[in-house]
Amino acid sequence: MNPMYLPLIPGLILGLGGMVLLLIGVLSKRDQTCTCTYGAVLALGLAAAFCLAAPDGVLFAGLLKTSLFTRFADTLVYLGAAAALLLSLDYNRREAMARFEFPVLVLFAVLGMIVMISAADLMSLYIGFELQSLTLYILAASARDSLRSTEAGLKYFVLGSLASGLLIYGISLVYGFAGTTNFISLAAILANGAGYGTIIGIVFVLVGLAFKVSAAPFHMWTPDVYEGSPTPVTALFGTAPKIATMALLFSVMLGPFGHLLAQWRMIIEVLSILSMALGALAAIGQKNIKRLLAYSSIGHMGYALMGLAAGTMAGTQATLVYLAIYLVMSFGAFACVIAMRRKGQAVETIADLAGLSTENPSFALALAIFMWAMAGIPPLSGFFGKLYVFSAAINAGLTTLAVVGVVTSVIGAFYYLRVIKVMYFDAGTPGFDKTASSVRFVMFAGALVTCLFVFIPGPLITAADAAAKALIG
Amino acid sequence: MNQIGFPILSLLTFLPLAGVAYLATLRGDEMAVASQARNGALITSLGVLALGIYLWVAFDPSQAGFQFVEALPWLSGLDVQYRMGVDGISLFLILLTAFLTPIAILSSWSITKRVRELMMAFLLLETMTIGMFCALDFVVFYIFFEAVLLPMYLIIGIWGGERRIYAAVKFFIFTLAGSLFMLLALVWLWRNAGTTDIVTLLHTPIAPQAQMWLFAAFLASFGVKAAVWPLHTWLPDAYGEAPIPGTIMLAAVLSKMGAYGFLRFAVPMLPQAAAAAEPLMFTLGVVAVIYISFVALAQTDMKRMIAYSSAAHMGIIIIGIFTFTVEGIEGALFQMLSHGLVIAGLFVCTGILLSRGQTLTLSRLGGLAAKMPAYAALLMLFSLANVGLPGTSGFVGEILVIVGAMKVNFWVALLGAGGMVLGAAYMLMLLRAVLFDKLSRPELGALADLKPREYAMLLPLAAMVLWLGIYPGSFTHMFDASVNAMVQAHIAALTPHTALAMVTK
Repeated sequence: MNPMYLPLIPGLILGLGGMVLLLIGVLSKRDQTCTCTYGAVLALGLAAAFCLAAPDGVLFAGLLKTSLFTRFADTLVYLGAAAALLLSLDYNRREAMARFEFPVLVLFAVLGMIVMISAADLMSLYIGFELQSLTLYILAASARDSLRSTEAGLKYFVLGSLASGLLIYGISLVYGFAGTTNFISLAAILANGAGYGTIIGIVFVLVGLAFKVSAAPFHMWTPDVYEGSPTPVTALFGTAPKIATMALLFSVMLGPFGHLLAQWRMIIEVLSILSMALGALAAIGQKNIKRLLAYSSIGHMGYALMGLAAGTMAGTQATLVYLAIYLVMSFGAFACVIAMRRKGQAVETIADLAGLSTENPSFALALAIFMWAMAGIPPLSGFFGKLYVFSAAINAGLTTLAVVGVVTSVIGAFYYLRVIKVMYFDAGTPGFDKTASSVRFVMFAGALVTCLFVFIPGPLITAADAAAKALIG
Repeated sequence: MNQIGFPILSLLTFLPLAGVAYLATLRGDEMAVASQARNGALITSLGVLALGIYLWVAFDPSQAGFQFVEALPWLSGLDVQYRMGVDGISLFLILLTAFLTPIAILSSWSITKRVRELMMAFLLLETMTIGMFCALDFVVFYIFFEAVLLPMYLIIGIWGGERRIYAAVKFFIFTLAGSLFMLLALVWLWRNAGTTDIVTLLHTPIAPQAQMWLFAAFLASFGVKAAVWPLHTWLPDAYGEAPIPGTIMLAAVLSKMGAYGFLRFAVPMLPQAAAAAEPLMFTLGVVAVIYISFVALAQTDMKRMIAYSSAAHMGIIIIGIFTFTVEGIEGALFQMLSHGLVIAGLFVCTGILLSRGQTLTLSRLGGLAAKMPAYAALLMLFSLANVGLPGTSGFVGEILVIVGAMKVNFWVALLGAGGMVLGAAYMLMLLRAVLFDKLSRPELGALADLKPREYAMLLPLAAMVLWLGIYPGSFTHMFDASVNAMVQAHIAALTPHTALAMVTK
């Protein structure tokens, strides 16, 4: 095989693997959910292995480009999707919504995400974006007998189409004014400045992508969709698509539009500040833990955007570190939410956790670790994410951004603490059902990584550094 | 590696963590686990104390710089290393922590709720606190400084009094808000010097304008931790609601973290800003001494009165640090040690009443001197040491601070000393209400005097209070060199001509 096509193998594994699993599911007489789920996890693992082994390359005449940066983001996406599948296994069975289409759809969504991440052309960017969006709409509504789930799917679809429309409109404006959709040519053309048409196009592209990472003020869909979707799907929404879109934001904004940093930096700063503030303030009043995590994720995206606003290599590294850490915390937290079941029914309010620390200390400790880590309290991993983005922002001269980040961190700590308070200080008997081993695995593996990151931060930070160099250097 | 060939500071820091791991493995019924957990925690903390004493013996007092330095690569790519080291300033704070943790653990014997978790929290707290005093890298320091919040939050929130949740959250949010501003200052200093090595940072010049902002950030974080007026409002709640062992650690050790921060960072790294902030800090210190003493006078609860007294004495420490004289700073350091021992003693005495099922409301106590003579004698000793009676540790620290302050500003010395008179007033009031008067309730007459475990807590504290008071030299000569070097550096930084002369010499 031509070594040029080695970077294509992960995509082929995902696409063909998805189709094979679909065939198995359709043709088999028995229910193949379990086989398909493990098959999908296996496909993700294989794809990750091939992805890490593949060399850099440009595919399809400049439509896709892989580098250390895309491999870093791909790996995070694979990890996120695999964890979501593990979480779905037990949840879907208990909710009587176990269907083999679920893992297949996740595989196609992941395929869309890796196309997004490696996009080197506005067209391939849009195709990847749409592929993942469409599959995610279906996933959101996958509990088709539940009113809330279908509502979430519809809401996500309507608002998501709007964002897609904005994105394609922006792309057409950029194409119309610059005359090309290829990243390298765009970078060369925009190096000498850009007219208003292009700038407006860029703003539309930015808005479309900001919608997907649920940065305020384009976050309206997030709380409802998070609350309504089946929890494993919510866990997926909170991680893989956000990481993919954030990686895409970096490769687009710092690649073809990199020379216009001065023009778009303000927009990113505003997005970042609004997201951090909204994430901190709106979460205070939440009673549903999924909504709380939705607002928390909006806040986290605000911190991650700080690295983009810095627009430097250090900023890119900071965001990558932040995203990797966020992925683990977020999964752990959702695993805890999935474990909240009483008498066969999923419960979702924070008050349901009262007294958990006496009844199930390890569960309570795991959730407490995730909450503290999300609040950014050292020595847990979340602190290092914040340290890196703050330091990148201050080094780029964005002191205001860093100060806002600090203030919102304090406010945010308040609601994370409330969850811990309910578990540890309030009296109650949650009486949760026995947790499935797959969920326990995700929960405790996440807690362990979050706790012990402080001792071995080296590998992640070195990898993020290399990835940032590959993008910018 | 350092001069004694093994990483003693890392051992000191992480030995309690090993204890936590051991406690986590305990199995069996609740009573057995509880007693094993208590013993395990006590033995671990005594082991730390033994190591600490070895550190004291091995420490070379003639050196002003850092000793037992350890360095390991940590955050690769950035110049952030795991660096540990002690000098004369941090040595005794480490020892104080190692000395008070076993006492706090002993004083928690009467708590029967979730004992294993409580012991784990205390050992974690010890790791974080000692690690913070040992840290020679700003990021490492920050991590330990912040991480103290986690066990303390749980200690107050789970084992505290009636309003424990409010107190725990207030404590957490106040401290976190302060320290996050320090995080910004940290990042700024990091960018300025290109490293987070504290030794390098101490010698990196900083533009005076920037110093003001940095100082404000440090004041926000260390001021909250040291409960400097008006940042002290979390203190009465946290001290009042925390369980007795928690209060001991908060008042005796954690409040020192703030003062240590001023000594280690704010003053030597930002000499111009510190000098400019001198009037402000004097004012805050004097207000703390006088105003908080008045508040203490008005208290009707024994624990809260001691809590306010603790905050008032922090004012003396702040005044001492900002005199920038050898006497003042040594006095402040000495006062930090003395305050740690005395306040711990007073809170242990409070805890003894609580464990006898007594209320702490002053009007419902009284006449205990006749029934509990040993208790009365020790409470009297700690109270008088708190007032600064000659022969006790409190006297040495206060007189040094007053002498230092007198050199700089007569009024500060006068008002500070005046505040101490108020201290005498409320402590004597406390003694009268608890020990003398007549028995307010007949059941007080049935109280038993001290038990062996209580002697084991109080006698070492009393012995230390007397040792510090009678022969302070054995402590001051350990930090003489470091404090002298620090004051020299401060003067040199403020007068560029002498600095130049020293270079050309």
